[in-house]
Amino acid sequence: MLKRTPLFEAHQKLGARLVEFGGWEMPVHYTSIMEEHRVVRTAAGIFDICHMGEVSITGAGASSFLNQVLTNDIAKLRVGEGQYSLMCNPAGGVIDDLYVYKLGVQEYLLIINASRIDADVPWLLQEAQRDIGAGVLVTNQSETLGAIAIQGPTVEKFIDQCVDTFDRAPSSLLKNQITRGEFAGQPVYLARTGYTGEDGFELVGAASIMTDLWQRALQVGLVHGLKPAGLGARDTLRTEVCYPLYGHELDEKRTPIEAGLGFFVSLDKGPFNGREILAMQKLQGAPQRCVAFKMIEKSPPPRPHYRVWFDGQPVGEVVSGTLSPSLNLGIGMAYVPTTVAQPGSRIEIEIRGQRFAAEVVKKPIYRKAS
Amino acid sequence: MSNIPSDLRYAKSHEWVRVAGDHATVGITDHAQHELTDVVFVELPQVHRIVKAGEACAVVESVKTASDIYSPVSGQIVEINAALSNNPGLVNTDPFGDGWFYKIKLSDAAEPEAMLAAEAYGKQVQG
Repeated sequence: MLKRTPLFEAHQKLGARLVEFGGWEMPVHYTSIMEEHRVVRTAAGIFDICHMGEVSITGAGASSFLNQVLTNDIAKLRVGEGQYSLMCNPAGGVIDDLYVYKLGVQEYLLIINASRIDADVPWLLQEAQRDIGAGVLVTNQSETLGAIAIQGPTVEKFIDQCVDTFDRAPSSLLKNQITRGEFAGQPVYLARTGYTGEDGFELVGAASIMTDLWQRALQVGLVHGLKPAGLGARDTLRTEVCYPLYGHELDEKRTPIEAGLGFFVSLDKGPFNGREILAMQKLQGAPQRCVAFKMIEKSPPPRPHYRVWFDGQPVGEVVSGTLSPSLNLGIGMAYVPTTVAQPGSRIEIEIRGQRFAAEVVKKPIYRKAS
Repeated sequence: MSNIPSDLRYAKSHEWVRVAGDHATVGITDHAQHELTDVVFVELPQVHRIVKAGEACAVVESVKTASDIYSPVSGQIVEINAALSNNPGLVNTDPFGDGWFYKIKLSDAAEPEAMLAAEAYGKQVQG
């Protein structure tokens, strides 16, 4: 029996094509992936992300606890700010990538991947049992909270109208900032973050208000071109800007350094899970590297698990791949030996037994023309 | 409600055939293109290839999936639709016309008669 978010009926009424995603029944698209992708890049799209997980970390030991279990430096955050971070095991392998927001002096909210709730929560509870967890309370709020993402260049024109009151006008927030608001008498957090490469906001609040919040957003966003967008477009959007997806670029055997996320690993903040291995990899490099690539001859779209060839030898595997709706060519990310990882390297992607030419490029693959 | 022209024959796997003497044109139906949504790539068989009915001979790709196309009839490929190379979307906009996949010289001109007529295919897709 697949899980459904509070917005399931709303998706049905909108005529969504529903598919299984990590044990959830979710909209892959409402009209088409290409169209929804285009709408997010040119106007605004609204995504159901209620399936994602939320974990509160509070108490006198919260800050130092988080700096032990996450790779980025929590001390950089002021109240009302968030950061992208990774949670590693002692071998430096990624348990999850996530966003952590500082809501109060010792009050943090983690937004975690839906597919990793059952891995992350036991891990955090287990870590909180150690001495690093003194004075820390870990609370899994994934069942009681929901979330919606609204992404695109026009979102700032209507985001303030999505809620009834707010501490700071959401449209005035800088990227990665978060404010508290109210909708239907319930608290809603609005963060200027997202997973598409566009400006946008992620709204977190009680599951019970999600349907009405979704409808409010659609109403106030209509005149600004807001449309519902599904997981299919979410994937093409994030692939274009090379954001990792857990289970593809990241898993428990991959380190943040291999994945190209060393920027989010703070080696000088003190001890944290995986620090030794990550410090060594930052110094010496890792044997493999996650690179972005684009197809340079006409080909079918590259897809996850397709083999990568270099100089007549199989050297790696595609982890994310698609037809880029913005660029109208095949793009993706792949793990290759570090020796092949320079932008400009010519590689081949094997598709149904035939090899097609591709080129390693700098991330992000798609960048807005300024 | 998908379009199902009455002058064509249909396979359960959503390919259609338009017969002209001992030649036939093959494509996929309106129902199929609607299920796929945006077609982004079509891989066609080589001209002169001999195919048997039921043999996988083409691939149609949307953003999220790659689907095999099974030749509904046996024979030799005589022409493929080069327009699909630059414009795979023709499969969506005109599945029974400009979105055709290939033309085949039938090895058995009677074979299409064993395929589904429009009404029978309609029952299959419309339930």
